[in-house]
Order: sequence, then structure tokens, then C-alpha cells
Amino acid sequence: MNMRHGRYLFILTFLLPPVGIYAIYMLSPYVQAIYISMTDWSGLTAAQTFIGFDNYVEMWNDDQLHKALWNNLILVLVVPVLTLLLGLFFASMLNVGGRSRGGAVTGVRGSSIYKVVYFFPQVLSVAIIGIVFKYVFAPENAGGILNRVLGAVGLDGLQRLWLAEPDYLIWIIVLVMTWSFVGFYVVLFSAAMQAIPRDIYEAALLDGSSRLTTFRKVTVPLVWDTVQVGWVYMAIQAMDGFATVHIMLGINGGVQGAGDVLGVAMYREAFAEADFGYAAAIGVLMLVLTMVAAILFMRGLRRERVELA
Amino acid sequence: MTTTQSPPRVSGDGGSPRRGGRRDRMPGVGAGEKAVGLINGGFLLLWGLITALPLLWAILSSFKTNGEFRVDPLGLPSGVQVDNFSRAWSAANIGQYFLNSVIVVSISLTLTMLFGAMGAYVLARYDFPGNRFLYYLFVGGLVLPVFLALVPMFFVVRNLGSLPVVGQFLGLNSYLSLALVYVAFSMPFTVFFLTAFFRTLPTSVAEAGIMDGCSHFSLFWKVMLPMARPGMISLALFNFLGHWNQYVLPLVIMQDGDKRVLAQGLGTLAATTGFRADWTALFAGLVIALLPVLIVYIVFQKQVQAGLTAGVLK
Repeated sequence: MNMRHGRYLFILTFLLPPVGIYAIYMLSPYVQAIYISMTDWSGLTAAQTFIGFDNYVEMWNDDQLHKALWNNLILVLVVPVLTLLLGLFFASMLNVGGRSRGGAVTGVRGSSIYKVVYFFPQVLSVAIIGIVFKYVFAPENAGGILNRVLGAVGLDGLQRLWLAEPDYLIWIIVLVMTWSFVGFYVVLFSAAMQAIPRDIYEAALLDGSSRLTTFRKVTVPLVWDTVQVGWVYMAIQAMDGFATVHIMLGINGGVQGAGDVLGVAMYREAFAEADFGYAAAIGVLMLVLTMVAAILFMRGLRRERVELA
Repeated sequence: MTTTQSPPRVSGDGGSPRRGGRRDRMPGVGAGEKAVGLINGGFLLLWGLITALPLLWAILSSFKTNGEFRVDPLGLPSGVQVDNFSRAWSAANIGQYFLNSVIVVSISLTLTMLFGAMGAYVLARYDFPGNRFLYYLFVGGLVLPVFLALVPMFFVVRNLGSLPVVGQFLGLNSYLSLALVYVAFSMPFTVFFLTAFFRTLPTSVAEAGIMDGCSHFSLFWKVMLPMARPGMISLALFNFLGHWNQYVLPLVIMQDGDKRVLAQGLGTLAATTGFRADWTALFAGLVIALLPVLIVYIVFQKQVQAGLTAGVLK
């Protein structure tokens, strides 16, 4: 066959650029990270000594890192749960929440407009989202609209210097991240719900099943595969939080470092404290946590599915 | 067949007799059900407002004077302060950041789509030793968190900068470096998605091309790549948004103030805005950064939603 001629030349030419760039800029950093995490490298000079697991021991004793780790756990536990509940709720409202006069199950009116609006945060840069919410929660004399709104509706008592209260910080981050995630999952779950045959709903309706029962016994089980995938993806996303915290609270994680997360701690150690070895060790910790979270989240829902089936 | 067999959807005029008789027992039409429907609609509207209002507020703020912003942040602007946008564009350097973003994303998007398509095509349609290995090498990158790579990536880029000849284009603070980093980090998903896409294309067309004496190269450029256009478009949208909005990678590569890209530049601007007491310029900058994304989203709304959610499902 004449195609044989030059076949390997072709394969090689086509593979070299993508594989080369991927190997240099993405794979090699990951491989190096593990080694760097076992050195005391400052990053400023070439001098680096192999110190074994010292950086990992240091993490064990680092109170600020514990704070960051704790905050990451809050993010990874709370954000996906909130996002999942709100996402499923709104998606089912949009797609099967309507009832036409004859009793048919339909989407509500204007559902496509809702989807466009809900989804919009997903296409925005986290930088923009962070900036907008920095001002939503700002003090009243610096444009803080939340306090303004509270004042306008007579809830002055609830006004706070939101970003100056250490106890609030991570919960504000939870709210902002949930806000930006929900729309994506509404659209994702909507696509799955659109695929459910309408007859099933009509049968459930004729059996006199309530909305809540229909939601629990029909909608949720039938979109479960999508929920499972989305749920794991949420866990990985929630592990991040870097840009939101970095922009809203700054490189130290806000007042008393109370809103610190691992990503920000890592960036700070590397580029502000010139401790690249330690930063790389935090990176390795993040990898392990992400993997563990992904596996646990996968397990968590799989068990539930058996129960429902 | 009796009338009861007609699908309920078309019975909006009151339904068939039998249906009408059972109506009161059906949860779909009771008065209580109507109330539930209203409450549900209320929730949907509420979330719509929670989503839209902060962004609308940000856009309105970009039209205000700084005085209006401080005294009456919830009010409507008295006029459109075009000056906010010119201050943002020049004094706050957003114009430079915008240009930087355009340059970097033009390079990175072109190379990502080109190299991604080339790699995926070969992996999808040619059998050779190591094919599966390379495929999983790419796809495995999907699960790696970007943070682990940040520190060493900084040094990889810095060291490439000291290479002879090519070094001047590849060091830190270089458009090409940042673009290549974007390309690398986009490869896992791009190759994954396009490999699946190229596999679905019919072999008959490729065979016809071979009969006509196409070389491997011209078969790709003239036959396969044009056929892959739908997949390429949704993936290009996905990558455009990812590259344009990227925040953490440029933070590491573009440390020099004049080379910052938009998202990064806005973040720095936001950090100093309080001291400069120029909030409206910040929001004008934010609107400038938001416009390209907004246009892409409005024009390609369906493809963007489909493209981004496909990322999870595939």
C-alpha cells in the first residue's frame, strides 16, 4: 500500500509538538515537584539540600497550615453538598416543575432564560467574581452593597464588617464558590433530566405521587449517573479556592489568616517567603487530598445508589 | 382507540372526559398545587436575582462617579462616566493587560487546537506501538491538580529562558512561554475530547481520500480536519474561556507588571483600588474584561453550555 510510505514519519511529525509541549511544561513539573518537596530549596539560589521528609514534618507542626487545611476540608465538604442540593432543586424546577392544565409534566415558563442567567458565572473569570464579591461584603462606606441592602430593608442589626471577622471568612468563601458553581450543575442536571421520558412522570402523576415523592423516586434515581460524575468534579473544584481567597482576602488569607486555604499557603510560601521546598510539599499534600476526596466522593454516592435501586 | 389514550400534553383544553372526572385527585391541578408552583417559581426567580444582581451592580458601578459609588452604591448612575473607562484603559493599565491577554490567547488557542487536533487524530486513527500509553499519558493529566506543578513550572520556564538563541523567547514574562504553558495544561482535555471525536468520523471518507492518492498529511488537512469542525468549535470555545479567564498560571509566569494578563491585572488593581480611591475605574476595567466573554457567551450560548458540561460527562 502506498500509504505505508511515510506513515511513521507522519505519526512522528504529528505527535512531536503536542507530546513535547505537554512533557516539558506539564509532566516534568509534576515529576520534579516530588523531589523539590524533599529539599530546603529557597528558589533564590541554586543551593538545595536533600532533607528527606523534613518539610512534611514541618507541615505537621505548622499552625497556619492546619488552619488552611481545616478550611479546605470545610470547602470540600460544604460546597459540594450545597451545590448538589441547589443544583438538583433548580434543575428539577426548571425541567419537570411545571404542570400544564391537563396535568402534564413540563418545564416552567422561561426555563431557557433562567438557564442562560444561572450559567453565566461559569464563563466569568474567578478574578472578576472575587472582585465583585469583595465589594458585596465590603464596609458600607466602601461600596459594600450587602450592608446597604440590609440597612435598606431595616435589618441594620445584621450589618457586619464581614471581611474583618475571622470567623466569617471561610463561610463567605463557601457562599461565593457555591454561587459560582450552582448554575453549571443546573445546566448539567437539566441535560440529564431532559432525557427522562415524559411518560414516567405522567405515570407517577396518575399514581397520585406528590412532587417531592416524584423528585425522590423518579427524577433523582434517573439522573444519578450524572450526579455521581458531577459530585466528584465538585470535590476537585472545591479543593481549589485559590483565586477566590487570593483576591477577596489577600495573600495572607485575610484577618489573622483565618480564611487561608492550601493553594494560597502554597503560593505564599513559594513566591513571598521564598521557601520552594516547603511550597512543593504543600503541593504534594494537595495532590493526595484531591485524590482521597475524589475516591471518597465516588464511594460515597455509589453506596447510596444501591439503596435507591 | 379511545380518547383516554391521547397524550395529556395535547389535552390542555380540559382533557378527555375521563381525565376531567379524576382531576381533583390529581396532584397536578389542585389549588394547593398551584401555590406550590408559585413558591417554586419564586425560588427560581430569587436565584436568578442572586446570580444577576451582583453582576448588574458591577456594570452599573462602572458608569458612576466615585462620589455616587460611595454615597449611593445601590442607586442608578446619574449619567455614563465614559472617563471611568479611559482611566481604566490607560491610567490603570487595563489597555495593556487587554492587549497582553489578546496576544497570549491568540497564540495559545491556535496552538492548542492545532497540536491537540494533530495528536488526537494520530492517536484515534493510527495503530502504532505506544499509542495507548501516550493516550493515557495525556488523559491522566486530567486528574492532576494544577497547584502541584506551579513551583517546578516556574523553574522550568526560567531555565528555558537561559537556553542559547531560543531562550530570549521562552523565559519568564514572555507571551510565548505563558501561551505554551496554557497549551500544555489544555492538552489532556483537548486530546481526550478530540480523540473521541475523530473516532466517530466515518472511515469510508478517509478510504476514498486514500484511493484518490491523498498523502497522510493532505488527508488530515483536506478531509479529516474539516469534518471535525463541530467538535473543534465547541472545544475552541471551551479553551478560549479557560485561557482568557486563567488566573493562577499567569500569576507565576508573568511577574513583570507590564506583562500581566487581564484577570491577573484586575486582581492587582483590586488590591490597590482602596488606596487610590478610584473604584469606578476598577469596575470599568472589570466590564472591559467581561465584554469579550459576554459576547462569546451570548453568540454561542448553546454551544458554550454544551461544550462546558460535556467536559464533565465525557
